Amino acid sequence: MAEAAICAGCRAYFGYPITPQNEILEYMAARMPAVGGAFVQAESEVAAINMCYGASAAGVRTMTSSSSPGISLKMEGISYLAAADLPCVIINVARGGPGLGNIAPAQGDYFQATKGGGHGDYRMIVLGPATIAEAIEIVMLAFDLADKYRVPVMVLSDGMLGQMMEPIKLAEPVDPGLLPAKPWALTGASGRRPNAVTSYAMDPRDLNRINTKRQTRYRQIEEKEVRYRETETSDATIVVVAYGTVARIARTTVKMARSQGIKLGLVQPITLWPFPYAPLRALSNQVNTIITVEMSAGQMVEDVRLAVCDRAETPFYGELGGLVPTPKDILREVQRNVS
Amino acid sequence: MSVNADKMVRVFERPRSLTDAQFSYCPGCHHGLVTRIVAQTIDELGIQDRTVIVAPVGCAVTMYEWFRCDGIQAAHGRACAVATGIKRVNPNLIVFTYQGDGDLAAIGTAESIHAANRGENITVVFINNQIYGMTGGQMAPTTLVGQRTTSCPDGRNAQLAGYPIRFAEMIAQLDAPVYVTRQALYDQKRIMAASRAIKKAFQCQVEGKGYSLVEVLTNCPTNWRMSPAQSNSHLMDEVVRAFPLGDLVDRD
Amino acid sequence: MPKGTVAIDQERCKGCGLCIAFCPEDVLAYSAEYNRSGYNVVYMKEPERCIGCAFCAQTCPDIAIEVYRERKPRQR
Repeated sequence: MAEAAICAGCRAYFGYPITPQNEILEYMAARMPAVGGAFVQAESEVAAINMCYGASAAGVRTMTSSSSPGISLKMEGISYLAAADLPCVIINVARGGPGLGNIAPAQGDYFQATKGGGHGDYRMIVLGPATIAEAIEIVMLAFDLADKYRVPVMVLSDGMLGQMMEPIKLAEPVDPGLLPAKPWALTGASGRRPNAVTSYAMDPRDLNRINTKRQTRYRQIEEKEVRYRETETSDATIVVVAYGTVARIARTTVKMARSQGIKLGLVQPITLWPFPYAPLRALSNQVNTIITVEMSAGQMVEDVRLAVCDRAETPFYGELGGLVPTPKDILREVQRNVS
Repeated sequence: MSVNADKMVRVFERPRSLTDAQFSYCPGCHHGLVTRIVAQTIDELGIQDRTVIVAPVGCAVTMYEWFRCDGIQAAHGRACAVATGIKRVNPNLIVFTYQGDGDLAAIGTAESIHAANRGENITVVFINNQIYGMTGGQMAPTTLVGQRTTSCPDGRNAQLAGYPIRFAEMIAQLDAPVYVTRQALYDQKRIMAASRAIKKAFQCQVEGKGYSLVEVLTNCPTNWRMSPAQSNSHLMDEVVRAFPLGDLVDRD
Repeated sequence: MPKGTVAIDQERCKGCGLCIAFCPEDVLAYSAEYNRSGYNVVYMKEPERCIGCAFCAQTCPDIAIEVYRERKPRQR
């Protein structure tokens, strides 16, 4: 994912050690200076996200990465990035939580990522890769979306993907010099009015105007940037909804179910915000049951229920503590709901 | 009041790098002096078009609005990290942070120490008025023992809240910093010395030599419940004893 | 003819009195005037004693004072 970032023209990385994402930090330590970019191992995740705030404000594609507890420390910084309309890519290789938890893969950070873990009305585009190949595409996409809408973008992965090796084809590297200009960036007020990057607006009328303008951008994102993948849903009589690692596992379950004559379909949200409500709403008129499967106590299931309401059953199957469901586990839940 | 131009020459005027905005500081607050001295330095070094101001959370939260320079407002305590991010991606910029004692030496201690320890080529202007000004005069890490504030009404009790933190001395222990000094503004000589020190700190950065810190002992007439003139005496008689003045590191 | 003189911006002055305390020649004092912000502004009570040393301007936190000095005959 780190190389994908560099291909995307990222030239500033600030990180801090935390398993299971140390490999990103270590890779960037060697690679970023080699491409003439800025690399700092910060004294904390709090410092790292604020270094991103500075580098992004200076107009450079910027990234940080961490894992669940570290991401919690970055929440204030993310709120500042959103409030100052600064693009930034934040990779969360999620682990077992809450608290110290463990380093096993988990999906307990969904609420934090999609419902705003920091203070104030802000949203963050959240993308969930299921495979390394998807992760590469998603990191490149993340940088484009961050710049296009001037928002922080989170790549929400997990410890499973973090420890995996898969063959991938890298995209053509982007030359940072050819990226669209950022007239708002802090490059020195030479021959132009000074730029200011701030989130401070003492007069409520100003803050109201600024926030309202940002909300209209969020609506545009919700209209244009929803991404998801459907697997064998056209004739499905029952559907599973899962993202990231669990979606990858559920693809095997679809094959197993189909071999037993169960017409199972899979919906894999790729953008966790903006969430794909529409396809789920459509499927709720076609099937009686839409099962949400997560490695958590049930967080995305709330968005599924928002989409489906009472038009279909929306049971939940979750594994806690970093346990990863097997294709059979998911198949058992499907069978239970079919009979 | 017209001045007879051909008989008189102007010897003191508003620095060019400042806009015409009026400062939001309280009457008699030394923040205004440091702001002016920094602006004079920017004028003298001719760096207005490549200076970036990293403002704190505190009385100086919108100070960059008074400069004809690019500016950014950092989260409370994080100015040194923000400055690091800016300087690392564009070393041609002259980047300085302007922080109070709460911002730099309480919540931002880690960011402040590690930016110095990495030897970031930035300048840190540290305003030490021994309390939290913007929020109404609470105790700060630099509050004197026995000094009354709104959050230590009976005076700072060392057994409960420790002693005034000498931040410049702490930074002076590190190997990377190039220039570390503590100045004050309570009389004309100090103001001139502080001006020289602030210019020297910015010169360290302009010449790419490395990290510089200027701690400035300042007043807070409002929260000290003193007149501006009394606050100068308090600085001269009391505060300087806890915070000795002078250069602590000069590897320039 | 006094060696120097100052121009005090009435609206910038916040009546903090630092310039009065710093002036070595006791030229400055509080006037009877108040500016739009309600601050009691300072004026030159003894203008002829001003030596143009600029101590007042250097200690003014609001840069409300401009200082002028007598143009010496030699100064072109």
